[in-house]
Order: sequence, then structure tokens, then C-alpha cells
Amino acid sequence: MGKEPAGQTHLFDAELFISSSLRFGVYLSAVVMALGLVLLFARGVSGYPADVFPTSIPLLWSGIILFRPAAVITLGLVLLIATPVFRVAASVLLFLVEKDHLYTFITLFVLAILITSFLIGKAL
Amino acid sequence: MLIGSSLIIFAFSILAGFIGSLLGLGGGIIIIPALTLFLNVPIHEAIGASIVSVIATSSGAAIAYVRDKITNIRIGMFLETATTLGAISGAFIAGLVEPKVLYIIFALLMMYSAAAMFQKRHSELPMDVVEHPIATRLKLSSEYYDKALDETVAYKVTGVYPGYAVMYGAGVISGLLGIGSGVFKVLGMDVFMKLPMKVSTATSNFMIGVTAAASAGVYFSRGDINPLVAGPVALGVLLGAQAGTKVMERLNNKTLRLIFIPILLYVALQMLWKGWWM
Repeated sequence: MGKEPAGQTHLFDAELFISSSLRFGVYLSAVVMALGLVLLFARGVSGYPADVFPTSIPLLWSGIILFRPAAVITLGLVLLIATPVFRVAASVLLFLVEKDHLYTFITLFVLAILITSFLIGKAL
Repeated sequence: MLIGSSLIIFAFSILAGFIGSLLGLGGGIIIIPALTLFLNVPIHEAIGASIVSVIATSSGAAIAYVRDKITNIRIGMFLETATTLGAISGAFIAGLVEPKVLYIIFALLMMYSAAAMFQKRHSELPMDVVEHPIATRLKLSSEYYDKALDETVAYKVTGVYPGYAVMYGAGVISGLLGIGSGVFKVLGMDVFMKLPMKVSTATSNFMIGVTAAASAGVYFSRGDINPLVAGPVALGVLLGAQAGTKVMERLNNKTLRLIFIPILLYVALQMLWKGWWM
């Protein structure tokens, strides 16, 4: 029990770190999405024919270069989707630095499954 | 027209984010019917938007819950191994067992949980919990500062095996059906692992984003994530979730559970319905 206070401040740093990594992803994606929506309202068109929008990263890039509103919003959405993955990756790093081997392994395992799911998704 | 429909989507997404962040759900319960019934959005785009909504609720709410230590990150990380495995193996499971049977089993488990939750409606915090050896080994037991009670609440974790099994089921069901994964996580932690209700909803919130991200790639490449729909949804949900965290931290565990029970029953009936007619 005597060790508890030290352990807690340690854990608090961990939580602050994860919270900050989430905030970074959320704010960045929100700004990009808001920018895209403003662009959409200002121009009144999505930059694509009706019911068409980018569905792959290369298509997304070519749309962003042309500043197409729907592409900018999609970029924000992709950043948002990447945020939980980024959070898991940040946690791996955190547990590694804390030398918590068990949780490094657990978070690495989750990250591996996530990456596998993205690869499977691409193959479908 | 463009601005008008975006504003409508934005407005009910705020509500979805608010409720989702309170209860540890993704908000699909509100997003999907609102988009399909009122705005005539095709169902596949509504489901794509609800996946985005889950990620937005999760990340948006977790900023506050993790910082304020209501989320138990160790429990979250540990159980994510089960939910993500469930999510990717869901398709295989569906090949082995009739999905109809799965839905009915899960719906019955939800009804049982609703009854169990109703029985402990008067208990604010779990009592006399004996810590499971694995929980000790994984350092799952923890504490949080409860703003409503104005005290630090220490809690122990039990039921690791049934809890883990329910999380695996939550992963499978969200991979197959796209609904109820948050509901399942909350009931697993509240009913089986005996966590305080707030810790259960905040930790569920933390986890659902990862489970949803695991399937979001598929939806994206399939063209289910329409930016004109999902963009306003994401922004509205993020805003609603920020507001929801402020309210949730000040609510009693009892109140939170009472709001959760009807939603649990609603999802159980919805699942039973889908299982029956599939």
C-alpha cells in the first residue's frame, strides 16, 4: 500500500498522455471536416457528380489537390477513423516506456488485429 | 437544401453524441433511424455514418473520461483483445452457427441483464466484490473520483471469464449486425465484472471506437461513408459527446443505470426481431 501514491502519479501521466493523443486526433479531424463543410456551403457543390465521393486514398488525394469540398470532408473523416488506431499505437509506446511488458504485449496484440482487419478489409 | 439537410443531420447528431457519451454507446440507435426515416438516406450510408458516429462518440468522450480517470484503461485494453478478435472472426462464426441463433441468444442474454440491472437499481456502488486472481495479475482493480458522491471510489474486479466472453460476443455481434456493441460492453462490465456503472459506461466508450475502427476500413472502401452525410454526423456527435461527459460525471450511478435499462430492452427486442425475420 505504501507504494500506491507513486504508482498513481505514474498512471495519471499515462492517462493524460492518452487523453492528449485523442484530443489531438479529434480536434485535427474536426477542423478539417468543418473546413470542408464551409467550402461545400460556399461553393454549393461537392466537387463530384451526385452520389459520387472518394472511396480510396489515391482518389482522396487527387480530390484534395483540387480542393473539392467532399474530398476535404472525407480527409477529416479518415483522420477521425484513424484516431482510435493512433490511440492504440500511442498506448503501445507508453507501456513500452513504462516497461510494463504484459500491457505492451496486450496493446501490441490489439494493434496487430486492427492492422489485420484493415488488410482483410482491403482484400474484400 | 444542402445547408438545410446538413443542419438537420448536425442537430440530431448532437443528441446522439450526448446520449452515447452518457451511456457508453455509439449513438447508432438514434443515427440510423433518423437518417433513414426522416432524410431518406440509403441504409448502407446510414450504417456507414453510424460507424463514424461510434468513433466520434468514443474519441470525443474519452478525452474527458480518460483524463478524469473514470475510464479504466487497463480493463479497456485487456478487453479490446476480445472485442477486436470477435469483430474479425464474426464472419467465420456466422459460417458455423446460424446467425439467427446468435441473435436470439444475445437478445436473451440482454433481457437477463436488464432484469439483473433492475434488481440492483437501488445500489449506487458494487459491494463485497471478491477480486478475481486474473484481475489481480492484470492490475485491473482501480479507483476514481466520483463528482456526484464527492468521494474517491475504490473498486475491485471480478467475473473476468464471463466478462471476456461477453466482450468477444460484443465483437462478433457488432461485426455481424452493426448494432448493440456498446450496449453489450456496458452490460458485460456492469453485470458480470461488477464495475461501478460510470466506470462501465466510460470504459465501454473508450473501447467502442477501436472495435468500430476495425470495420470502418471496409465501409470506406465499399463507398458506405458518404462525406455529405457522415461529415455533419461526426461534427454533431463530437459536440454532443463533449457536453455529455460534463453531465455524466455529475450523475449518480443509479440514475445512469435507470436510463440504460430501457435502451437495453429496446436493443434486445430489435435484435430478437432481426433474428426472427432473417
